[in-house]
Amino acid sequence: MRLPRFSRKTLCIPYAVFLVFFVIIPMLVIVLFAFTDKEYHISFDNFIHFFSDPSKLSTIFYSIVIALITTVICLLIAYPIAYILARSTMKKKYIILMLFVLPMWINFVLRVNAIRELFNLLSALPGMEWIESANYFKTVFGMVYDFLPFMILPLYTTMLKIEKSLYEASADLGAGWSATFFRITLPLSVPGIMSGVTMVFLPSMTNYVVSDMLGNAKVTIIGKFISDYFGNDWHMGSMIALVLLIVVFLSTWLTGGFSSEENVRGTNL
Amino acid sequence: MNKQFALKCCKAAFVGLALLILYAPILLLAIYSFDKTNMIGKFEGFSLTHYAELFRNSKVLGMIGNTFLLAFLAAILSTLLGTLGAVGMYYSKKKAKMLIHGASQIPVINAEIVTALSLTVTFVAIGLGRSYFTLLIGHMVICTPFVVLSVMPKLKQMDNSLYEAALDLGASPLKALVTVVLPQIIPGVISGFMLAVTLSLDDYIVTMYTRPSGFETISTYVYNATTKGNAHTAVTLSSFWALTTIIFVVIVLIVLLSNLSSIRKKEAKR
Repeated sequence: MRLPRFSRKTLCIPYAVFLVFFVIIPMLVIVLFAFTDKEYHISFDNFIHFFSDPSKLSTIFYSIVIALITTVICLLIAYPIAYILARSTMKKKYIILMLFVLPMWINFVLRVNAIRELFNLLSALPGMEWIESANYFKTVFGMVYDFLPFMILPLYTTMLKIEKSLYEASADLGAGWSATFFRITLPLSVPGIMSGVTMVFLPSMTNYVVSDMLGNAKVTIIGKFISDYFGNDWHMGSMIALVLLIVVFLSTWLTGGFSSEENVRGTNL
Repeated sequence: MNKQFALKCCKAAFVGLALLILYAPILLLAIYSFDKTNMIGKFEGFSLTHYAELFRNSKVLGMIGNTFLLAFLAAILSTLLGTLGAVGMYYSKKKAKMLIHGASQIPVINAEIVTALSLTVTFVAIGLGRSYFTLLIGHMVICTPFVVLSVMPKLKQMDNSLYEAALDLGASPLKALVTVVLPQIIPGVISGFMLAVTLSLDDYIVTMYTRPSGFETISTYVYNATTKGNAHTAVTLSSFWALTTIIFVVIVLIVLLSNLSSIRKKEAKR
């Protein structure tokens, strides 16, 4: 008897099965846990608790504010850098870009630890004692430090794609620097801004490693919140995770769908 | 002319300052890793104590080994699964492709803590608990989608007629895949593998929740040592300075070597 004809499509079956078991089903389990109580009866208590507890809502508010500030600072630093590098005529500019990505390959926790030590040193200097208790400042600094490459890379790749002829045409037609920037560079770099913003905003709302290590455990963000419930109440934890899940999907959808993240992690350098 | 020069200086200063801030913490640790004492701020004299401490401590060496072995295993399995998945998806019907791609994007955009929570709750609910197996699965969940994302563009750039030609010339579909398709997508497979290694090495959150008890990686070990005080750890934090320095130097060497070899290849082509 002959084996059934080999079809190329069948190659994706293992991955499809893997996704069903370890991505789809866990997501459904989260929904199930969020809407049940500890005896696994259907209940909306977690839902009501979550939206009526001022301390929870204020944590979420702070978390969003921290993430917004981080994103704006990242954008303000990354945009000029990406612009300068993309428009530069330097031959070896990829080396400078590489320098911005290089620290990303050091282990994340070790990198945050390095920032911690830098702040320890700074706070020992005369006149710099305020750093010791500036937990929010340190947290935002750490997040900007860690997520900056995620902003630079997509901006750089989109700006590099802008046709040179557009700049030439703009100069020929007598436009100055600012007219060229606001009519050509800025509008055409919007996709890069969008993917950079999602790549920075979401982790700075949830990655509590930075806020824990730099904020003296005084800064609580949504991610930390979920992890705190992990120990004792999985149902409440699932509820917050579900809210976060919905926020993530909404913001991804609003910023133009699933952007090409393969450009973002420095693989295409 | 003068104005242009000033502008150039401004640009260079901005980029330079950003790089300076980016490298300041790493260089600081690199300098103090060679200090006698474990106090940052005063350099008491050159010594290799922190390096010796790092290599003498079996616990630390164990967690470094754990980290790299896990990254290697997770990356190999993710690359295999992701490459097969990407090839299969590429030839699937549009609807199936969309569905798999959509599911594959979930761990990419999702917050890591949500992925970690969903996996752990599921593992415990079905009685798997937490073991090396669940840890490996956790790492595969975060790595495989990125392998798919780096193989997909290479499939799209591929010349499809070559596969058809191989079939016409009598190759079996499997042989045609291995000898014709695979060589064309191999750069994507390699960069996917590298990406998977770095993602796994870097991970803290998923590791923290899916690991078996007592299992430490660099991330979990350093995190716990710094946030919970180092009373319960056998190493002082200063040996992490040495570890950071070693990792940094290795990375710089890898980047330099790979750039040199690619420049040589380009010159050889000429």
